[in-house]
Amino acid sequence: MSKRKPDEQKGLSRRSFLKTTGAAVSAGVVGGAAAEMLSAQAPPKKIVGPGEVAITLRINGTSRNLSVEPRVTLLDALRDRLDLTGAKKVCDRSTCGACTVLVDGKAVYACSILAIEAQGREILTIEGIAREGELHPISAAFVEHDAQQCGFCTPGFVMACKAFLDKTPNPTEAQAQKALGGNLCRCGTYIGVRAAVLDAAARMKGGR
Amino acid sequence: MASEKWPEAGKRSLIGKRVTRLDGAVKASGRAKYTYDVNLKGMLHGKMVFSPHAHAKVVSIDTSAAEKMPGVRAVHIMTGLGKEVKCQGHEILAIAAETEEQARDAARAVQIQFEKLAHFVDDAPPEKAAGYATPLAEQTTGNPDGGFKEAEVISEGIYGAPVITHCCLESHGQVAEWEGDNLRVWASTQNVSGISGEISDGLKAGGVTVPASNVQILTPVMGGGFGSKFNADTWGVACAQLAKKAGRPVKMMLERDQEIMAAGARPSIYAKVRVGAKKDGTLTAWSSESWGTGGYAAGGGNPILPYVFTRIPNRRSRHTRVVTNTGPARAWRAPNHPQMCVITMSALEDLAAQLQMDPLDFFLKNLPFVIAERAEAYRQELLKGAEMMEWKKKWHPRGDKTPGPIKRGLGLSIHTWGGGGHPSNCNCTIRPDGSVEVFLGSQDLGTGTRTVIAMVAGETLGLPVTGVKVNIGDSKYPPSGASGGSTTVGGVSASTRRATNNALNELLAKVAPSLGVEPDKLEAKGGTIRVIDDASKSLTWKQACAKLGATPITATGQRVPRGPDELISSGVGGIQMAEVSVDIETGIVKIEKMVAVQDCGLIINVKTAESQVNGALIMGVTYALFEEKVMDGASGQCLNPDMEFYKLAGIGDVGNFAVHFMTGTGYDERGVIGLGEPPVISPGAAISNAVANAIGVRVPTIPITPDKVLAALEMKGGAA
Repeated sequence: MSKRKPDEQKGLSRRSFLKTTGAAVSAGVVGGAAAEMLSAQAPPKKIVGPGEVAITLRINGTSRNLSVEPRVTLLDALRDRLDLTGAKKVCDRSTCGACTVLVDGKAVYACSILAIEAQGREILTIEGIAREGELHPISAAFVEHDAQQCGFCTPGFVMACKAFLDKTPNPTEAQAQKALGGNLCRCGTYIGVRAAVLDAAARMKGGR
Repeated sequence: MASEKWPEAGKRSLIGKRVTRLDGAVKASGRAKYTYDVNLKGMLHGKMVFSPHAHAKVVSIDTSAAEKMPGVRAVHIMTGLGKEVKCQGHEILAIAAETEEQARDAARAVQIQFEKLAHFVDDAPPEKAAGYATPLAEQTTGNPDGGFKEAEVISEGIYGAPVITHCCLESHGQVAEWEGDNLRVWASTQNVSGISGEISDGLKAGGVTVPASNVQILTPVMGGGFGSKFNADTWGVACAQLAKKAGRPVKMMLERDQEIMAAGARPSIYAKVRVGAKKDGTLTAWSSESWGTGGYAAGGGNPILPYVFTRIPNRRSRHTRVVTNTGPARAWRAPNHPQMCVITMSALEDLAAQLQMDPLDFFLKNLPFVIAERAEAYRQELLKGAEMMEWKKKWHPRGDKTPGPIKRGLGLSIHTWGGGGHPSNCNCTIRPDGSVEVFLGSQDLGTGTRTVIAMVAGETLGLPVTGVKVNIGDSKYPPSGASGGSTTVGGVSASTRRATNNALNELLAKVAPSLGVEPDKLEAKGGTIRVIDDASKSLTWKQACAKLGATPITATGQRVPRGPDELISSGVGGIQMAEVSVDIETGIVKIEKMVAVQDCGLIINVKTAESQVNGALIMGVTYALFEEKVMDGASGQCLNPDMEFYKLAGIGDVGNFAVHFMTGTGYDERGVIGLGEPPVISPGAAISNAVANAIGVRVPTIPITPDKVLAALEMKGGAA
């Protein structure tokens, strides 16, 4: 006979520990040589919660007020509270990159930063990169090179690609592969993605 | 009457061209709404509670604490007291709350007592799986003992592939919303037209009566299935139950660990193989003792060996099913074929190495032992692939003798698949203003189905792809089959061709008088209806449709189940070659290049067809090098139910690809044949053979991980 206690069901992981304390320390940053860990720079913050707290997030240039428990990830805040569903929830453990958004210009796994610690930062999601009625040149390059099949990883790739090209406007293929190494696809679209990144770099020379 | 036959080469406006997928922009801009993205007013979040034990009996379930927790709105018990659970990930109950966090808290607060029972999770050879192993009947053809006597060289080995999972990026799940007696379900499914009945039946068993016709399934886009999403599944029914109990819509998507544990497994298959040949390489005999597990339900995984070379004259094979307390098997892209392929092609390549023959020559020599009508295509494909790989220039006998730790090698493999077309119905409506719509209860898994339908409709009506609105992903549309087994393109292209052609013939009959000819003298071409061979007598599409007056045309077309169909066929072949480099100090295998040569009849969209092959090669590299669902014998639990330790290849892992399609005379006239499965079959075998060629010794099973490479090298003294 074994009696299952709540903690045995999943164990107390580092992540759930962080989430239950409400301390703003965890951050996932998309890989690549130039990536820096946000957590290394973040000073310790005051303890809040466990109930909902009112926060303001700067998303795509607009201030959005919402109320979340401190443990709510930026990804869940975007998707469940603000209906910004472009960032996808796939691994929920900063492995696959499907939830990639830009925070202060850096590619970040939105599943591994808490909504409360994203306050005061400029958050850019895929919904915010295109001009009204137009495709962003990176998205357009992904379409042209068929760099997507089911498409569930695609918004994350597009955002990782944006963070990379913003910093590296003249990339080599080797640099591009390294920069996008933190994004996983199951359908197998990498051949199209390689072509799309280089083409997107060329398209973005137009000044966007 | 316009003929429904596919137009000949040279008369095709869209078919065989490179057309950009129509839903590309909506996906690449993040605007596509997958099931996981559906947010409805008042929607609750559901969570499943699964068994943590591999084998146990449910003794008690106490949900009282959970039900009192903040935000909890409904609980639905699925496996009641006294019931047996047979794997980690067996469903127990489902719970719904206002937020996802609250639902997760409540799921953790449920108190369940289990009586643990003995479990077995090892896909061990039958002699080590006593009590769990069921041998199936031996299959014998010819005289195997005589064949081995006749053989001058005999190779023996053990080969195989472990259980892997589907790991669809959009996990399994549904959003259920009741409106009176009607149920609307957004489902991440490969089977839009097929799962209403399953949900209706499942609800009935739980005391809720709703006819299947009141259950609408919606799947405008979906995030990957690969064979794991044919059913609504127990959690789909539970989602609808929770929504009924709470009187609110419920979204319930599996969490990643649940997805890996419960929602998909490719059966393992291993085999002890003996294969014999004469000194000139002619095969004389095959024998195999195979085993594997399809989980507790013992589904799937019964191989037919040898693969492709099914006509080796003397052969014996026997398979043993090992029942384990693991998640049930689901169809995994090309069910059984990758495993049968890696077993057969590895054994044959080992034999060729023993004969000191180039496997290319060895495979060519033994083509008389493949299905007769495919032999010539394989010969052409092998020669084409050899040219693309520069095989004769690069190939060396087993074991790269060049100095240094990096060893290069080449391997090849050949495969086959059926295809055909599933049953499909299409409705085409042409309106007096010239707008056109087609409706099919089909789905686009990311393969490009939506685009192919638009191309077929556009081809038939003489319109661009943008001239036809394609409506799929709704069970209220005319039914189409599930997308599995590479049957979708055959099904939907045939039904769409017929529906649009039938509609066109009605239109031609209406406009013929105004052009002063009989309808059979008219054709739809370049956005006009015109007299055949006299383009001066024509009407624009809009002018022609205006002749309809107030009444639209609506016509249907079908791909009837089974039976011959002049638009489609089945049975394809392909060959693949891999070039790898292996670091014999670290055991790391790197893919340098993959070559794929494939036939699949008449290709509708070359662009998305290439993506299918590239994607299959990547999926193949992934299962060849990385994937394994690792089970712990002592606890019965999965040790890698996450995407960090259940590894998928990244963009830097896959090497460079060259893809060639066999098209034109001899291929196009076969009609449309599906492409989803075939190119995913050979990569494991081609890569395994390339590694053996590089390092001079076989790594017996995939995935070919560094530890296995080093172990294999150690067995033969450490050098390539």
